[in-house]
Amino acid sequence: MKKFLNSTDDFLKESLQGFGAAHKDIISCHYNPNIITRSKATKKGKVVIISGGGSGHEPMHGGFVGYGMLDAACPGFVFSSPSPDQMIAASEKVEGGAGILFIVKNYSGDIMNFQMASEMITGASETVLINDDVAVEDSSYTTGRRGVAATVIVEKIVGSLAETGGSLKECKILGDKVNRNSGSMGVAFSSCTVPAAGKPTFKLGSDEMEFGVGIHGEPGRRRDKVQPAQEITNELLGAIIEDLKPEDNDEILLFVNGMGGTPLAELYLLYDNAKKTLDNKNIKIARSLVGNYCTSLEMQGASLTITKLDQELKKHWDSPVHTAAMRWGL
Amino acid sequence: MITESLLGTDFLIKNAKEIQVVIDNNAPEIEKLDQEIGDGDHIFNIQRGIKLVIELEPIIKHLSMSKALNQIAMKILSGIGGSSGALFGTLFMTMAKVSNIDDGIDYKKAINMFVDGVEAVKQRGKADVGEKTMMDVLIPVANCLKEGVEKDIDLKDLMRKTIETAEKGMLSTKNLLATKGRASFLGERSKGHIDPGARSSQLMIKTVCMSILNT
Repeated sequence: MKKFLNSTDDFLKESLQGFGAAHKDIISCHYNPNIITRSKATKKGKVVIISGGGSGHEPMHGGFVGYGMLDAACPGFVFSSPSPDQMIAASEKVEGGAGILFIVKNYSGDIMNFQMASEMITGASETVLINDDVAVEDSSYTTGRRGVAATVIVEKIVGSLAETGGSLKECKILGDKVNRNSGSMGVAFSSCTVPAAGKPTFKLGSDEMEFGVGIHGEPGRRRDKVQPAQEITNELLGAIIEDLKPEDNDEILLFVNGMGGTPLAELYLLYDNAKKTLDNKNIKIARSLVGNYCTSLEMQGASLTITKLDQELKKHWDSPVHTAAMRWGL
Repeated sequence: MITESLLGTDFLIKNAKEIQVVIDNNAPEIEKLDQEIGDGDHIFNIQRGIKLVIELEPIIKHLSMSKALNQIAMKILSGIGGSSGALFGTLFMTMAKVSNIDDGIDYKKAINMFVDGVEAVKQRGKADVGEKTMMDVLIPVANCLKEGVEKDIDLKDLMRKTIETAEKGMLSTKNLLATKGRASFLGERSKGHIDPGARSSQLMIKTVCMSILNT
């Protein structure tokens, strides 16, 4: 394992310290338990949005704390859910009197820990569960679809609604709607290495890819030989479109997300290939996002996300945001 | 009556230390199982949790049983995180809530505490027998212990039966299809591998049973 680290035990602490110091104008990092809040106190009467999950997906979620997005984030250990004491501490720190919306990705650990936190806090709270990964079949007999890159879209759009005075109920409804309107699928060219494990999570041949990979290196639909980008794109988009069923001339947001180890040049190439496919299907790209937002440590790979848009979603996507990882309109 | 001997908080730490040795000895195997069907972090979570519990020794040795169990629960919840933190935290938190445990605990009461704890873990994780999780060990073990108490069988016989039940449950996960947790994303590919959570739970149960057998 080659990584920038001093000891695996201090990996998260030192990374958070650096994040906190580098972006102290936007966020503050607090320790024991680890939470990230906005550096300026949330205004009273605003619904607060708290998210969290395992570390290793940076900039998600800490990079999305700030004006127009999250009020706080709870980073767990690498690829491990945060614990209820973190969510409780975050709630106490940022609570604005109008309730708390938790944004949780659909993994057993995250669900259980956020559920315990909601049971332990006294104020009103709601939870939006993200499950946009179309690689996994959704059925009542399984844990269901994973929450992946659409989390970024949900946090941006719901964050805007909360910032502009939306109620807890309205934020919950909008969050569920964005999740329902979103579909994602990813592909990996290499594994990632969890610092504490010291070796790759899975093995992939030099000419192989994992199709439908999860953001912790979980297996997807199948393992295959690497194909030309256009073919990979078509298959990813095909699976997403089959799930979302956009209609002719529907407007969408196209999000090309890097897993951490793929250069932007390749992500833009994927965007180009995806645009060609979508143009042919008369699906209109109205908004775009390209970059490493929901990563899996150093994994080589990318995911595509489509979110079906309407006027309301476009308005909240365009509204000002000022976080460490996303900033526009300000 | 099974036995009248009383269990104190020293029983908790003594067993945690013995569990640490057994888990460390089997760490490579558990890690490999998790890399096959999970994401490889289970062993680190378990090792971290055990270490944190053992570090509580100076604090909990002066506490009542309910307070000691609560301390352990909170430490596990915050120190492990993930599914393991929530599930094992729930187990100890529930055991702490069983009535009158500060008046003294015999093995019968300890078994009732454990049975209540397992039921709460089942609710928290929404998993039952047959889903390729640690519940394939914990639920049969809880049932075996409950039956043993009801039938008032000899404690040492019951411990031997419990060890067998745990092992059978652990082995049963090999051919099951995972429908809960991260292994569920593998679908059919999850078959043929023992669940790492079932293995670690089985080892912990065996260790506690062995330690009771050896006293």
